[in-house]
Amino acid sequence: MNADLLIALLAAAVVSGTPILYATLGEIITEKSGVLNLGVEGAMMTGCFCAFITAKLTGQPWLAFFAAGLAGLLAASIHGLVCLVFQGNQVVSGLALTIFGVGLANYLGTPYIGLAAPGFAPVPIPGLAEIPLLGPVLFNHDPLVYLSYLAPFGLWLFFRHSRFGLGLRAVGEFPAAALAAGLNATAYRWAGILGGGFFMGLGGAYLSLAYTHLWTNNLTAGRGWIAVALVIFAFWRPGRAVFGAYLFGGIMALQLRLQAGGANLPSSLLLMLPYALTVAVLLFSCRRRGTLGPAALGVNIEPSS
Amino acid sequence: MALLRITKRQEPSPLWRSALVFTGAVATALVLSMLLLTVRGISPLEGLSVLMTGAFGSSWALQDCLLKAIPLFLCSLGVAIAFRLQIWNIGAEGQFALGAVGATWMALSFGGAPKFVLLPLMILAACIAGGLWAMIPALFRQWLGANEIIVTLMLNYIGILFLDFLVYGVWRDSSGFPMTAAFSENAIVGKIGASSVHWGLAHCAVLGLLCRLFFRYTRLGYEIKAGGDNVQAARYSGMPYSFLVILVMVLSGALAGWAGFLEVSATVHRLQPSIMVGYGFTAIVVAWLARLNPAGIALTSFLLAGLRAGVENLQLDLQIPAAFGSILEGLILLTVLAGGFFLSYRILFKRRV
Repeated sequence: MNADLLIALLAAAVVSGTPILYATLGEIITEKSGVLNLGVEGAMMTGCFCAFITAKLTGQPWLAFFAAGLAGLLAASIHGLVCLVFQGNQVVSGLALTIFGVGLANYLGTPYIGLAAPGFAPVPIPGLAEIPLLGPVLFNHDPLVYLSYLAPFGLWLFFRHSRFGLGLRAVGEFPAAALAAGLNATAYRWAGILGGGFFMGLGGAYLSLAYTHLWTNNLTAGRGWIAVALVIFAFWRPGRAVFGAYLFGGIMALQLRLQAGGANLPSSLLLMLPYALTVAVLLFSCRRRGTLGPAALGVNIEPSS
Repeated sequence: MALLRITKRQEPSPLWRSALVFTGAVATALVLSMLLLTVRGISPLEGLSVLMTGAFGSSWALQDCLLKAIPLFLCSLGVAIAFRLQIWNIGAEGQFALGAVGATWMALSFGGAPKFVLLPLMILAACIAGGLWAMIPALFRQWLGANEIIVTLMLNYIGILFLDFLVYGVWRDSSGFPMTAAFSENAIVGKIGASSVHWGLAHCAVLGLLCRLFFRYTRLGYEIKAGGDNVQAARYSGMPYSFLVILVMVLSGALAGWAGFLEVSATVHRLQPSIMVGYGFTAIVVAWLARLNPAGIALTSFLLAGLRAGVENLQLDLQIPAAFGSILEGLILLTVLAGGFFLSYRILFKRRV
């Protein structure tokens, strides 16, 4: 394989990894607060459609990007309502949110199938883009990719060094102790769900605004579920999530290239690659020391009278 | 100042309260989804009437409901067995696909065999294929601690793509369309009398009954229920927990595989990608709504099959996208889940002085 081809593949890995990265970070925020949200796929799809329709109607990609975050937040708030207010089972509620969110986006999006909307185009960063190898791979992308470079670092700071982030983690580990220490555990969980949903929505937005620029149904194609698996792979750490997301981006880019390059393999087998990799990645990241998630993950806080 | 006071109910809720909450939840979901029809300029009342006519409005519609309820019932019976042990099998869709593939393999290989040999052979192959497909996540879970939700879900995608691989490749019919050749007469489960409903309905009745007997009268059935209620206690009392996990997954997959067999053998008479319409996902909704009880699953799969038929009618009459069905199912599951709160908690208005 020659160098140009490799650089193109790595650059494509970053691009297709970005939506997964946003979604994985979203799920990390939510799970750190002790809530398992399996509705990532649903929140992503809602964000994805909201971004598309906002960009189409207003012509403002940045507005569309943030609107998608809000749409993801709204979708996740359904999960919050069911689990935090009504004490519903988190696994089932998340599944239901996925069924609902994907259905809603496809329902509203059906009239727009195949239509394009304004989005983001690559903006090389002057100076950095000229660095050999790293330049074209990392610094010749659209602004949303650059934003995603900052997000994991910001989240790391947030979880490590901010009062709020520490409180969020405490609620995810041991809500009763957090309550006893005077923290409003339910409020922190709301923050985790809504903040996480915002990021999931952004991940969806990337797909319609920068990845395809046009609408088709089921644009997320299981990326939300890959994000759920990546959270385990990343041991709930934002930094490792970057690595995992680009790994998946790489395999998706490779699969596309093989398909386009007329590889002698049926496309259905190539399409299996990311899903098979998800299973493989899970097997590798299980049962290691210090890799368990938040202790209270998936357990509701019972209302006390 | 009035305050809400929430306390946990000590006694299980009576049937009337469960029924009331369930009806209220489904009604809320119906109202919300019908309001969504206004986006496309359709009045909610008109939508509701088209939905209901398509679902339960004629004997033809009712037969269609029964036809759709059969695969739903079997898949849902399967996932309910796993859910009993708190094992989240989200993979019924893939197990259904593998079951259809297994049955097709037999039908294409031994098409000339007599019916009483071929049909049991197809059922066996479907159950083994579905069961083994479901065993993979169970083994991964017990050996390596891999989360079964994600593995079963990924195996859905892989299973469906495997089905595609076969019908676009080695099994493609000479007509060139992505489907296998039509099955021989001996590989087909027939219709009941002059109706459009096939004998798979009888399979459902027998399997549902067996399932109920299994949970009520066998030691294993009891252990599955007990293990689901409290994993630690079950392990401590010496139950073979890992074996139970693998067993429920295999049974679960076998039932979904059986549904796949009926779909190719009784409904479509060949294997083609269009058999994958999401029964495996709806089955999860059904199992949860029925609170995992076989009789409840029978009733609920009929109701949700009705909604599917109704949504098809909406598609035909009012050009509503098929995705509307997912909205409906998702909302019903969400509202029923939220409604469960009123069954396990008591809410009192307390006046504070």
